[in-house]
Amino acid sequence: MSDPALLRADAEGLAAPLPPLMADAQHLAQSVLLGAHGRRRAGMGDEFWQYRPSIPGDEARSIDWRRSGRSDAHFVQEKEWQAAQSVLLWVDAARSMDFASDKALPTKASRARTLAMALAILLIRGGERVGLSGFGLPPRSGQVQLLRLAAAMSDIGEAPDYGVPEARGMLPRSRALFVSDFMGDPEPVSAALTKAADRGVKGAILHILDPQEEAFPFDGRTVFESIGGSVRHETLKAGDLRGRYLERLAARKALLADLCRTTGWQYHCHHTGASASAALLWLYGALEHAH
Amino acid sequence: MFTLFGIGFTAPWLLLGLVALPILWVLLRAVPPAPIRRRFPGVALLLGLTDEEQQSDRTPWWLLLLRTLAVAAVILGFAGPVLNPDDRVPGTGPMLVLVDGTWADARDWPRRTDRIAGALEEAARDGRTAAVVSLTDLPTAGELPFQAADAWAARLPSLAPKAWSPDPGAVQAWAESLTGRFETLWLSDGLAADWRAPVLAALESRGPVRVFESPRPVIGLKPARFEDGAIALSAVRAVGGQPQEVDVLGFGLDPAGVERELARGTMSFEGGANEAELSLSLPPELRNRITRFQVDGWRSAGAVSLTDDGLKRREVALISGRDDREALQLLSPTHYLEQALAPTADLIDGSLDDVLLANPDVIVLADVATVTETEQEAITDWVDKGGLLLRFAGPRLAASDISRDAEDPLMPVRLRAGGRSVGGAMSWGEPKTLRAFSEGSPFFGLSVPDDVTVNAQVMAQPDPTLAERSIASLEDGTPLVTRKRVGQGQIVLFHVTANAEWSTLPLSGLFVQMLERLAVSTRPARPTADDLAGTTWAPDTVLNAFGQIEDAGTLPGISGEDLAAATPSPTTPPGLYAGDDRRIALNVIGADTELQPTLWPDRIPVEGLALARETALKGLLLTLALGLLALDVIASLWLAGRLSGPRGSVAAVLALMLLSLPQPSGAQPKPEDEFAIKATSEVVLAHVITGDQRVDDIAQAGLRGLSETLFARTSIEPAEPIAVNLETDELSFFPFLYWPVTPDQPQPSQEAYARLNTYLRTGGMILFDTRDADVAGFGGGSPNGRKLQQLALPLDVPPLEPLPADHVLTRTFYLLQDFPGRFASRDVWVEAAPADAEQVEGMPFRNLNDNVTPVVIGGNDWAAAWAVDEGGNRMFPVGRGYAGERQREIALRFGVNLIMHVLTGNYKSDQVHVPALLDRLGQ
Repeated sequence: MSDPALLRADAEGLAAPLPPLMADAQHLAQSVLLGAHGRRRAGMGDEFWQYRPSIPGDEARSIDWRRSGRSDAHFVQEKEWQAAQSVLLWVDAARSMDFASDKALPTKASRARTLAMALAILLIRGGERVGLSGFGLPPRSGQVQLLRLAAAMSDIGEAPDYGVPEARGMLPRSRALFVSDFMGDPEPVSAALTKAADRGVKGAILHILDPQEEAFPFDGRTVFESIGGSVRHETLKAGDLRGRYLERLAARKALLADLCRTTGWQYHCHHTGASASAALLWLYGALEHAH
Repeated sequence: MFTLFGIGFTAPWLLLGLVALPILWVLLRAVPPAPIRRRFPGVALLLGLTDEEQQSDRTPWWLLLLRTLAVAAVILGFAGPVLNPDDRVPGTGPMLVLVDGTWADARDWPRRTDRIAGALEEAARDGRTAAVVSLTDLPTAGELPFQAADAWAARLPSLAPKAWSPDPGAVQAWAESLTGRFETLWLSDGLAADWRAPVLAALESRGPVRVFESPRPVIGLKPARFEDGAIALSAVRAVGGQPQEVDVLGFGLDPAGVERELARGTMSFEGGANEAELSLSLPPELRNRITRFQVDGWRSAGAVSLTDDGLKRREVALISGRDDREALQLLSPTHYLEQALAPTADLIDGSLDDVLLANPDVIVLADVATVTETEQEAITDWVDKGGLLLRFAGPRLAASDISRDAEDPLMPVRLRAGGRSVGGAMSWGEPKTLRAFSEGSPFFGLSVPDDVTVNAQVMAQPDPTLAERSIASLEDGTPLVTRKRVGQGQIVLFHVTANAEWSTLPLSGLFVQMLERLAVSTRPARPTADDLAGTTWAPDTVLNAFGQIEDAGTLPGISGEDLAAATPSPTTPPGLYAGDDRRIALNVIGADTELQPTLWPDRIPVEGLALARETALKGLLLTLALGLLALDVIASLWLAGRLSGPRGSVAAVLALMLLSLPQPSGAQPKPEDEFAIKATSEVVLAHVITGDQRVDDIAQAGLRGLSETLFARTSIEPAEPIAVNLETDELSFFPFLYWPVTPDQPQPSQEAYARLNTYLRTGGMILFDTRDADVAGFGGGSPNGRKLQQLALPLDVPPLEPLPADHVLTRTFYLLQDFPGRFASRDVWVEAAPADAEQVEGMPFRNLNDNVTPVVIGGNDWAAAWAVDEGGNRMFPVGRGYAGERQREIALRFGVNLIMHVLTGNYKSDQVHVPALLDRLGQ
């Protein structure tokens, strides 16, 4: 038996980030108004699609008697096909995401989680199934899934300094979204994307950067350390490194964009200093365009 | 003390620390600035990048220099640097401090006493005895009052300069009588004198001599002269050289009897010239009033020149009985008088009536026997007030019956009929000569020339008073000049004619001197001993060394001969000496005084009064070090790249502050503006500052209470009341002024009254409150009432009347018929209704003033009834019980009505017409 008090404390700690995350995500999702996420053809679904004259073979109970009563023929009411799509999210939980250059700015991780949750809200509202890549949380629909997603995203345990995309457990022909700063080794990213493309998974990459990472406004003698402290680099004149750092950053962006182009994914770079709604709109559009 | 480059060090060993500076340089140079640790996810992208240049791990040279300078400043600062170190050798033996103590010292006197105090302090530190001697106030010969130096320091304040120069003989004798060895510090006034060399020699034989002189020049103002119708002034200075301009002011009594500046001129010394001239042309009225000239801003008796009769021009009216003989000018009765008086007096012509209006100093009646009765009264009055009536005899006087039986008011003596004639062709005897003037006569001391003879004269009746009234007589004892004092003036009769018909007196110089002695004419130049022989002069006012005029007190008089030869000295201090009817000024600077700077022998060290003071530089250097370190902090931060973002701006602000620390910040709003904004942003009641703190406080509290009442009951929402200073504050911001009257408040100035009148004329209202209705009725003789009359006299107050029952004040807000404050007097006065105000049939009120009454006057002490303290409690009881509270309520209502009246004018009066207007509109 676990101590109830401890359980309670743990539960509180666990639940603490949820409401803000959900609230932020809901708030963000409000800004995108959605219609029905229909397939534009008859099939299984809840929404009315069309009446068609009954043909032999239709079950008698499928006949819409109210419509048929107004004419001599029998009509069958068809519903719009509302096949749910599976969307798999991967939000980088590595330590490098836990960085904000300014108190006023959110950390990259929080911005990434907010955006992912908002997208999940939109998608689930649209009837899609949303889950996390890997085997932790398979895609499901429904409001409860949102809570599960939020809990899973908030559950930050020990994490490495730089994250590796999780490409396992991808359903064929599903959609995927990778959110990370992609500061670590690009090889696993490339491998994950290739693997996903092989399984017919299409999606988008959201590259989240802090404004400081984009500007490198440092000077003087400096020891740079990664957030986890595993990597350090000392320089005597940080200002001199700016040009070369920016070159490398641009190369990293180009690499990711290239990867996306070859695999049919879409790439977007988002700064935590910029508006989250714009990124959400882009995300939503990117996943719409995929089909 | 260790001295380096003129800078002394109290702890020179610390300077060895400077040797360590190069080591510090090397150390600092080897240590690069500490790195900053930064968390940065992008570090992964940095891996493998190397620094392009390795040089920057050394501290930059300018930062090194900054730090080295800071450390050097600290070392130097703690080594105790002193600018102008005082490395004097302590003296030994007694010290004599010798002061000239003359008028030339006076201007720098405080600095001189400071210097003496410094010397005495030094002597006290060295344990020496000292003596302070002023050459104008010498101690007994042969002895020097050596005492402990600090005993002398305590007596320094009583050491004062004198308005004269030392007596050469006494000074030399004193110097030669000195004995013993001592060191001398001589504070000289800088003017050359013959006695300086022997005194210096005598002092040098006793010990070393140091001399201190003020570098400031000495200026003396010579006595004013009267030349070519203008006042000629000249000033001398001791040291030529730079061109210099000085203002010369003439002071005198104005018609109100107040001394003020009557004339002003600027004198300029040419470069190198020692003398400057100025010519002032003044109207005679003004010129006669001037009592002294003074060089502006020079506090010394030498810069003050008292004026005396020499500058005054008396106004003399000449009236003769026979003016029909124009052709015979030399026989004209007034010809010789005119000749004698024209250079020194202003002559007035005209009839007796006319000249009396001009109020002359002297009226001369030459052979005028009778005057009309009104003229006689007028002349008597005039003489009574100080005029001098000078009469000359002549054929007409001799032939008339005037003063024959009874003494005429305008004649000093009774006369015998006819007069007498001696030594003429038809008479016996020789022409008579004059007897020497007796003591007690104003002419005493004048020598009588032999050639003055008298052929004819009118004879005085022997009377008991004749002897005392006779001031000059012939050798046979018959009076020649008689005098009678009337009130403040006198009547003088020459028993001969004013021309040469009866005597040769008018032809002689004696005649002019006699006129001078009678103060009929004034002498043009400084009188000689002969002129003043036999007279006694008492000092009236004396000058002190600082040029201030003091009362002479009980100084003894001196004889005229002494005065004529006198130079300023203890027995004849400079000042104004009054004789019988005349005044003579004895000035420090005579007409021929020259000022020369002292030439000291080369062996005597001469120093200026300004002594280079020791200045400790420790604080300065430590401040410099702190400033450098602060700069170093900012520079280091900047070098280390920590000056980004907000820190950068903070650092920039700090750096700016460091650079601009000594400059005062400007751009403060002006106090007048603040006052104006405070007074005009809301309606504000105001009260006049009376100077009595308690009355002002009550007025403030009263207006606060009234403001609160207005706020609660009406749409007027006043802010906190303001105290107004009538002299400085702008009044036009306030609709209403409460003016409590205290008996001892100061009368506002003319400018303040001008502004008050503008205020009243442009719609302001003043509530005068004498606060004494409990003891005095309105206009009664209470001190407050009298003060109110004084205060209100220059104000533009219209005719007043007691507040009528239909005045608009009775109904501006509340309907009132009583206007109590703390006292319930009915005496409240307002501007009177116009005379044509009549009650129209059917109207409840007269159509009264179309304006706000500019003043409301009463004594009910309203402020006390209104007053509330900070907590909102009533400060003063009113009446007793419920009736008292009712009275306070009525008082508040009166205040409300008053302010309503001020702000809305006769609005409520116009309301009367509403029915009529409505009637008309209906048709």
